[in-house]
Amino acid sequence: MRRAELTAHAIALGLLVLAPWWLSPYDLSLLGRFLAMSILALGLTIVWGWSGLLSLGQGVFFGLGAYALAMNLKLAALAPGDLPDFMVWSGFSRLPWWWVPFRHPLVALAAVVLVPAAVAAAFGWLVFHRRVRGVYFALLTQALALAFSTFLVSQQAYTGGFSGLTNFGPLFGVQLADQKGQTALYGVTLVLLTASYALATWLSKSHFGRLLVAIRDGENRVRFLGYNAAPYKVAAFTLAAAFAGLAGALYVAQVGVISPDMVGVVPSIEMLIWVAVGGRESLAGAVLGCLLVNFGKDWVSSAMPSLWLFVMGGLFVLVVTVLPRGIGQLVSVRVPRRRPAEVAPAAQELAGQ
Amino acid sequence: MTELGLLVTQLFNGISLGSILLLAALGLALSFGLMNVINMAHGELLMMGGYVAYLAYRLPIGPWRLPAAMLAATAGTAAFGALLEMTIIRRLYGRPLDTLLATWGVSLVLQQGARSLFGPVGVGVTAPAWLDRSIPLRGIGLPGVGLPVVRLLIIGLAAAVLAALALLLARSRWGRLLRAVQDDRDMAEALGVNSRRVDLVIFTIGTAVAGLAGAALALIAPVTPTVGQSYIVYAFLVVIVGGLGSLTGTVLAALAVGLLSASLQLFATVSTADVLLLLVVMAFIQVRPRGLITRLSRALEEA
Repeated sequence: MRRAELTAHAIALGLLVLAPWWLSPYDLSLLGRFLAMSILALGLTIVWGWSGLLSLGQGVFFGLGAYALAMNLKLAALAPGDLPDFMVWSGFSRLPWWWVPFRHPLVALAAVVLVPAAVAAAFGWLVFHRRVRGVYFALLTQALALAFSTFLVSQQAYTGGFSGLTNFGPLFGVQLADQKGQTALYGVTLVLLTASYALATWLSKSHFGRLLVAIRDGENRVRFLGYNAAPYKVAAFTLAAAFAGLAGALYVAQVGVISPDMVGVVPSIEMLIWVAVGGRESLAGAVLGCLLVNFGKDWVSSAMPSLWLFVMGGLFVLVVTVLPRGIGQLVSVRVPRRRPAEVAPAAQELAGQ
Repeated sequence: MTELGLLVTQLFNGISLGSILLLAALGLALSFGLMNVINMAHGELLMMGGYVAYLAYRLPIGPWRLPAAMLAATAGTAAFGALLEMTIIRRLYGRPLDTLLATWGVSLVLQQGARSLFGPVGVGVTAPAWLDRSIPLRGIGLPGVGLPVVRLLIIGLAAAVLAALALLLARSRWGRLLRAVQDDRDMAEALGVNSRRVDLVIFTIGTAVAGLAGAALALIAPVTPTVGQSYIVYAFLVVIVGGLGSLTGTVLAALAVGLLSASLQLFATVSTADVLLLLVVMAFIQVRPRGLITRLSRALEEA
């Protein structure tokens, strides 16, 4: 990193660390959950920005992480032997077997990352090893998001159905909804975001990161050089899913509720606009875009709720047609060091079309 | 109802769902095969057709109301589709994933627009009396089973649209140009074909079909701002299963998805059927990652 970049990162981190002292509790709670979502945005940068795999199903992995932690928190609110209310209504007398492990907070915390990663790895392997790509991949991830949210709604006895999971108990003895719990969660979120950011930055400079970009720009060339592209794509998709799961857990801990309408088709695609606004290849852009869009959404929705969809729709059209490299394009007049993305189709053509 | 009767009913429902999916997917498959464009606003064009039909159906023109509504829906949606192609999609040629996102933005605006104009509650076209009944199958030994005339009309409509399109592609000048551009865009351009105009015409035809599908849907279900979303994911699955821009593939895939969905619903709930359907499609692309019908090509990769 150059010195100017380092300084900018240090200032941003400093502002975020000091945020509990200069923001109102309401704004801090917003910032906390948006920072959690930024972790998911970092994953999208890896999978979409670098690898060119447009995933319309990140909400699924966000949801898996969120539900994994929410199941533990739901059980923690109950006396031993009691069942969650929606299970009682469905006439259950015992906890379903797959809920049982989530009694232990450590198991739930591990599941937050492992379950989304496992699902993504399985799905990714099925898709990528048959060299399904581009639009086909995007549409399949969209179908995954639809299937996941309808599944959650339909299995009301197991998942709480349409209203999802809420009324949570403590985690490790800390009441998360308290002022103290919220501040602690903000700290945890910031630490995990910084760690994810550092990991992603390191990856971007690694052999792995460069191969992802190479696969995006000319998959056949990479294959002719002797690489099998599929495992790299699976790894990128899996890592992004793990980030999304982490984001989901941090989100649900701060907000105190998770329901199917936060993980379906529409929210999954909404996540892309965060990254698109910030510039799809830039990690800093992902965080910045996520914060900008979400604070903007909060501001617009509280002023005029019906306006938000118009704004977001307009953003999608505008960013894609006019600013394909995000808002960075507006401020930066420097010549990009990388080859511009427009070169890519020509390279592919050379490679075999 | 006998077991056989139940089977016949589900079979009929499957074909009926398949023909709706076919109408919804035809435009998608056409523009995807030709321009490599995925139009996420296609479902909202369906919705738009429904609303235009609803408005036109309120005109006091007696028995001509139904054909007028269908015509208005087709023409109105086609005009909007042409506008969409000229303003947004044309700019994103060669960037299929970006068209996907831009048209998603368009779909959000259209949805919210419909919500602001018509409210979140659905509006409907009340089918005329001759449509609003069913043909009983008592005569051939299936008591209690009836085929709704509306659904028969939609099946007929899908078949007619399909026949017209097939004829257009096989016999007309535009069809010939389309096939030329689809086979080799550069060569067609070198021979003087205005490929951008072919794109525009084909995209507009696709949206016109979507508008007609929307008008047909309005007969059997209320039109809501989100009606497009409930069909579009299945329409995409049809395109995936059918293969790259092949009409035959799209037809087979629409029928397969419709029948599969209806027969899964025989022993599972609607939402479980959704999940199973996705699993079946995932399994299918393991066998045929490029869809049912693929074009033979020496190129290393397509799309």
